[in-house]
Amino acid sequence: MAIWFRYLRTDWFARRRPVLREMPFVLSAPDHGRMVVTAANVLAQGRGVDTGMSVADARVMIPGLEVLDDQPERSAKLLKGIAEWCIRYSPAVATDPPEGLMLDITGCAHLWGGERPYLAEILLRLNHFGYNTRGAIADTIGSAWAIARFGQDTHIIETGQQSTALLLLPPPALRLEVPMAERLEKLGLRQVSDFISMPRVALRRRFGPQLLLRLNQALGYEQEMIQPVQPIEPYQERLPCLEPIVTATGIEIALQRLLDSLCHRLQAEEKGLRMALFKCYRTDGKIEQISIGTTRASHNTRHLFKLLEINIPSIEPAPGIELFILEASKVEPLSPMQEKLWEHTSGLDKIGLSELLDRIGGKIGGDSIHRYLPDEHYWPERSFKPALSVTETAEPGWKNDRLRPVQLLARPELVEVTAPVPDYPPMLFRYKGTLHKIVRADGPERVEPEWWLHQGEHRDYYCVEDDEGKRYWLFRSGHYDAAKRDQWFIHGFFA
Amino acid sequence: MPGSKTDIIVQLQKDMLSWQGFKTTGNNAVLDRGLGPIKNAFPNASFPLGAVHEFICPVAEDAAATSGFVAGILASLMHNNGASLWISSSRTIFPPSLQSFGIAPDKVIFIDVQKEKEIMWVMEEALKCNGLSAVIGEMRELSFIASRRLQLAVEQSQVTGFILRHDPRSLNATACVTRWKITSLPSELAGGMPGVGFPRWNVELLKVRNGHPGKWQIEFAAQRFRYISKIAAITPLQQKKTG
Repeated sequence: MAIWFRYLRTDWFARRRPVLREMPFVLSAPDHGRMVVTAANVLAQGRGVDTGMSVADARVMIPGLEVLDDQPERSAKLLKGIAEWCIRYSPAVATDPPEGLMLDITGCAHLWGGERPYLAEILLRLNHFGYNTRGAIADTIGSAWAIARFGQDTHIIETGQQSTALLLLPPPALRLEVPMAERLEKLGLRQVSDFISMPRVALRRRFGPQLLLRLNQALGYEQEMIQPVQPIEPYQERLPCLEPIVTATGIEIALQRLLDSLCHRLQAEEKGLRMALFKCYRTDGKIEQISIGTTRASHNTRHLFKLLEINIPSIEPAPGIELFILEASKVEPLSPMQEKLWEHTSGLDKIGLSELLDRIGGKIGGDSIHRYLPDEHYWPERSFKPALSVTETAEPGWKNDRLRPVQLLARPELVEVTAPVPDYPPMLFRYKGTLHKIVRADGPERVEPEWWLHQGEHRDYYCVEDDEGKRYWLFRSGHYDAAKRDQWFIHGFFA
Repeated sequence: MPGSKTDIIVQLQKDMLSWQGFKTTGNNAVLDRGLGPIKNAFPNASFPLGAVHEFICPVAEDAAATSGFVAGILASLMHNNGASLWISSSRTIFPPSLQSFGIAPDKVIFIDVQKEKEIMWVMEEALKCNGLSAVIGEMRELSFIASRRLQLAVEQSQVTGFILRHDPRSLNATACVTRWKITSLPSELAGGMPGVGFPRWNVELLKVRNGHPGKWQIEFAAQRFRYISKIAAITPLQQKKTG
């Protein structure tokens, strides 16, 4: 069976941005110093834009044409993805670049109740994804390819009927190269029927062996193989039990055994586990499961066992567990050389540290672990941001030019002050019922809110020290105003 | 043979230290240089690494002073690009300020937990992990049994632990190697200039195992400690409680 994606790349863009479905757009790539249309969607093609045209010409034909960048390797990647998805319909699926798929459906169609519903089902599902597709079923790869692209009414060719089905199709349907198809066209051979009955010797002399090969392949005289894509084997281990397991020790033994075989496989393939799911199928049909995540890919059995072991008490075996499944849902490459390198480096790269963080994350939740990087803001609450990973480095570097308190209150707290002169530090302030007499002070340091982020009053910060030597960070919100109270806040403590 | 007798006693004292879990590590020279005369209070005249230190901070201002002092020590522990863990249930530490103590704030991983009980668990796990430079835990109560567990964890991994106890209800005996109390002192600027000077603290070493408790005034300037003066030796009554 052949499937043809008529607008593979443009359909993919339209899937990602549904707005594009309603408007003409093209994909372009540079070619010999100019931008050339490499793919156009239905609306653009309907208005005369075709591939190979320069973008400037296309813009003249359709004012306001959307032009997007194309990447040459994208269509192969897309096809491979779709081919892997299609393995549900047939075990042997091959990509047929640039925009087709080949399925060997021998012995598959009856599962869907015949070839017609089978083909309809596949095309319907692909159409639901947003791909405009055509498909055909035939005895040979060549004829299926031809019917999928050039066939008029029927898409399923009965056994042995391919030669009659091909008769009315144009020569490009035989997968000929463009120059040869053009030559046939020039000689008036506009249909396969015009030359299919010619003597083979004459055809070979005039057009070379290529035409005969393609013709024979389409008719089934010549053998042709497809190279099916390899299905992805999930990283999954199963352990069925003869007797239902009810004890924690039993679960631990099962887990240990599954981990051993999974880690053995990961190690052989130089992969490391990032996320794992441990499922316990109970005899009463319920499924108990625990999942873990690691900060760095790992195939260390001991470490992974510890992570899962923490959560074993949450499993309720009730009547007993008959099947254990351990599944690695996210796997990343991890080479043994890398591991050796990390063992000696200090600081955040250490394996011990990442394993510790995994354990902490598993026990009290991953959102409790924070690491901060500098952010380019003067507003104190915004001057740092959470880091996304353990190894991310501080890019702009930490600023050290301003005096900052070692402890910052999450929310500034209101204090009562006695301030003698506007814009001078206060003389006294009362915080939590205690009166502090200010002896020394530095400031003010004005910090303006960033108007594009939030609205509000600016802050005038003072670093003050009371008579006992305790140092505080106070600020006045906004300009001095004798009529206004509640202007002063405490925001932190200096060391 | 009086000479050999004292030698034997000195040797025995050293052995006893190692039997009690104190291992002398040679890598704290940077730290000792900064601490000045305070280091003489410790056994072997060297700040005990691979041990758990306890800091008492009754009020929020003391907590800030203690954080500053600990950050100063932490800076020399982390100078070889190490990482440390800061565990607390209500964190007020302002990460960018650690820079002024010579610590790269991105090398500190903050663990925010909900319950006191979990702090102990995380702290113990962290102290067992020998990849870390130091572990700081903020908690209120620390029972003797809990502190013993931490000490055992530390003896294996040689990680240094700091426990900041905010407003503790009782100052019970713990297995920690030292007990400190840091309070702030009025700062002074050279030449009587107005304004706030470098952070200055009153460092009280209330307890130290096999050492001499004391009280000092130090200042933290130019990313290192500077000794100001020794006030007075602690009264013998308090000394008796040690250990």
